[in-house]
Amino acid sequence: MDELQSLWQGFAVALTAQNVLLMFLGITLGVLIGVLPGLGGANGIAILLPLTFTMSPTSAIIMLSCIYWGALFGGAITSILFNIPGEPWSVATTFDGHPMAQQGRAGEALTAAFTGSFVGALVAVVMITFLAPLVAEFALKFGPPEYFAVYLLAFCSFVGMGKGSPWKTIAAMMLGFAMAAVGMDTVTGQLRLTFGSTELMRGFDFLVAVIGLFGIGEILLTMEEGLEFKGRSARINARVVLETWAQLPKFWATSLRACLIGCWMGVTPGGATPASFMSYGVAKNISKNGHNFGKGEMEGVVAPETAAHAAGTSALLPMLALGIPGSPTAAVLLGGLLIWGLQPGPLLFVEQKEFVWGLIASMYLGNIVGLIVVLTTVPLFAAILRVPFSIIAPIIIVVCAIGAFTVHNAMLDVWLMMLFGVAGYVFKKLDYPMAPMVLALVLGDRAEDSFRQAMLMSQGSLSILWSNWLVGSITAGALLLLFWPLITALRARRAGGA
Amino acid sequence: MNAFARVRLQHARRRLTLSACAATLLSALVAAPSPALAQGWEPTRTVEFIVPAGTGGGADQMARFIQGVIQKNNLMKQPLVVVNKGGGAGAEGFLDIKNSKGDPHKIVITLSNLFTTPLATGVPFDWTDLTPVSMMALDQFVLWVNAKSPYKTAKEYIEAVRAAGGKMRMGGTGSRQEDQIITVSITRATGARFTYIPFKGGGEVATQLVGGHVDSTVNNPIEAVAQWRAGALRPLCVFDDERMPYKARVTDTMAWSDIPTCREAGVPTDYVMLRGIFMAGGVTPAQRDFYVNLMRRIRETPEWRRFMEEGAFNTTALSGEPFVEWLKRAKEEHRALMKEAGFLK
Repeated sequence: MDELQSLWQGFAVALTAQNVLLMFLGITLGVLIGVLPGLGGANGIAILLPLTFTMSPTSAIIMLSCIYWGALFGGAITSILFNIPGEPWSVATTFDGHPMAQQGRAGEALTAAFTGSFVGALVAVVMITFLAPLVAEFALKFGPPEYFAVYLLAFCSFVGMGKGSPWKTIAAMMLGFAMAAVGMDTVTGQLRLTFGSTELMRGFDFLVAVIGLFGIGEILLTMEEGLEFKGRSARINARVVLETWAQLPKFWATSLRACLIGCWMGVTPGGATPASFMSYGVAKNISKNGHNFGKGEMEGVVAPETAAHAAGTSALLPMLALGIPGSPTAAVLLGGLLIWGLQPGPLLFVEQKEFVWGLIASMYLGNIVGLIVVLTTVPLFAAILRVPFSIIAPIIIVVCAIGAFTVHNAMLDVWLMMLFGVAGYVFKKLDYPMAPMVLALVLGDRAEDSFRQAMLMSQGSLSILWSNWLVGSITAGALLLLFWPLITALRARRAGGA
Repeated sequence: MNAFARVRLQHARRRLTLSACAATLLSALVAAPSPALAQGWEPTRTVEFIVPAGTGGGADQMARFIQGVIQKNNLMKQPLVVVNKGGGAGAEGFLDIKNSKGDPHKIVITLSNLFTTPLATGVPFDWTDLTPVSMMALDQFVLWVNAKSPYKTAKEYIEAVRAAGGKMRMGGTGSRQEDQIITVSITRATGARFTYIPFKGGGEVATQLVGGHVDSTVNNPIEAVAQWRAGALRPLCVFDDERMPYKARVTDTMAWSDIPTCREAGVPTDYVMLRGIFMAGGVTPAQRDFYVNLMRRIRETPEWRRFMEEGAFNTTALSGEPFVEWLKRAKEEHRALMKEAGFLK
């Protein structure tokens, strides 16, 4: 029980008045960063990093990681209220969260999202506390073929469950892949599909696409439908929190699966975004409410949020234990460690006990503080929906434009956002699904890179995808999920025929 | 008088005393032996520090470190913000500064992609489009293998690679960039062929080596030092013409200075990477001198020295004419290396 003792000392470090104050400050800043689309956790922390240079390393990491937790929580708010994902990992939250808000259940959706996030983070922290060295070992087993298998799994868990025409799903996904290919190709070092334009060299940023497709697209739809928010009647008292809590326990199975998916994707640097998509996809396939997903099912909010938070939290584990950043935000934090005079890597746990356990303790405390902060503000956020559309819509568009601009400090991104907005509107009208396109855009080039790296390793033989038990079982699982609808259809037909 | 006006007045008064202070300070400086500093140019608004690479890599870490040192030691009155423009292997960042001709509020940190990106992709920019400020350091490259592998010296390893006939994997950052140039140079010098596998960043490359997915890497010291200390990696040789000067023990048995040069280990190849600061073209000498001085003061801080030692940098620092000469030579060397390797577009 060495861990418990170390953790106890960690709490002593984290619980000084100054550190608790920094926690509240960090969470509040983080929620703001999460709410503003475009200004992601990584950007936010990079901007605020200089503030911490004069602090002690432990206080600094407590504040910065609290910004990170805050951003993880905050991403859900705009997704649910306005269908604008504040962060990439909250895209899947919009699928059911926004319909809930339109039905006047914004308070419930927010509570479910925040509580799910909290549970996910808690499970991940417990795992970090007790299994850190073991899990870190596991992360090292991932080479290019394993990465590719994981991405394949993320795609397949999503394709297999499309409710509309499979051709439309595939068309949307291919469009996403095409956009993901724009820019520098890692494997050959050549520029692709840039047509000589400097602006296109950096490729299409996922965030810009998402802000446009979801946020602007939604506003265009609302304008068509009569300039009014649905769901104005949202209940905005504090009781809604307790009533929602009473409903949550029945989603224990979904939550558990979400935690597992999240922890796993966070440790094997798949990250929070694919984790949230995968968890949503799996929940939709397995849950008995699956056919209701997309129409405002609370379970469809819990699944992606829990997974995203579990992944976001466990992404810090490879950073601490191995010095490998599991996410862009972790990469920026890693830079911070150097400035504070700490060397990240396998010896951090041995040489900087106070720092590491202070951080782990602050993960527990930070998430509790986070939950308190966001839950008390649920009524406040739900009340935003009562502001007349004609006032809030221009504000949303301006905030979106600022967000798109901040991603790369480029004006082109603002125009692209508008273009994606129109595309989002057209997609909705023609009933093309947007999620597959977004997924392909965010994972497309990473999947392509790892596939081609794997092919370089095996001199072009596909058998490398079954070369050991790990990659073999992930690949098999992916194929199983891909053909799942076919299998169930066959079984149903056989049962029907018998 | 309302409250608002009163506050404004207080502000004005405070500013008055402040400028009075500044005036005294200024006259003191003029009287001091270095009048050049007092007459010199200073930034009048926020300075943008462009990193032509993504977040978390070597250049980004150094840029953020410089930002931290400036802030901690109050070396500049105006704020400095780090902006990543890594699109197109850094072409995005370089074209941005090329197109900001005459703007003294933008500086850029370079890595070898200053030379390799235009040669490999044909994107039109050249170091002569920029104003060289100073070379901050040269980054080393070390040949690493997994500590579990049987190879104790570079010679043994290269023999094994030669025997495997192209099956051994070298992991590296990017394609047609420094890591692959070094790999090709090794092949040319020794006849040992590798399968080169490009990854996105140096940290990822080191992890792949620890996990045994590639057989060797040419990571920069700072990218692999943590894994070396933990006993997961083994350094075989450094690609420089002399050993690294750092004698403090990094692991229980070895210091950076114990790593032989590749030449003495029988692999006659060397390569170092520029970590330098540039401004846009067409700036005045006074503007350039401000940054030259700023960088010199950064290099004098104890934080910087510690950073150099931790990352085992070659601390050669140049500015002015010697730096320009170095750049001219480096560009020709890159052109020759990349031509030999068939990487020219």
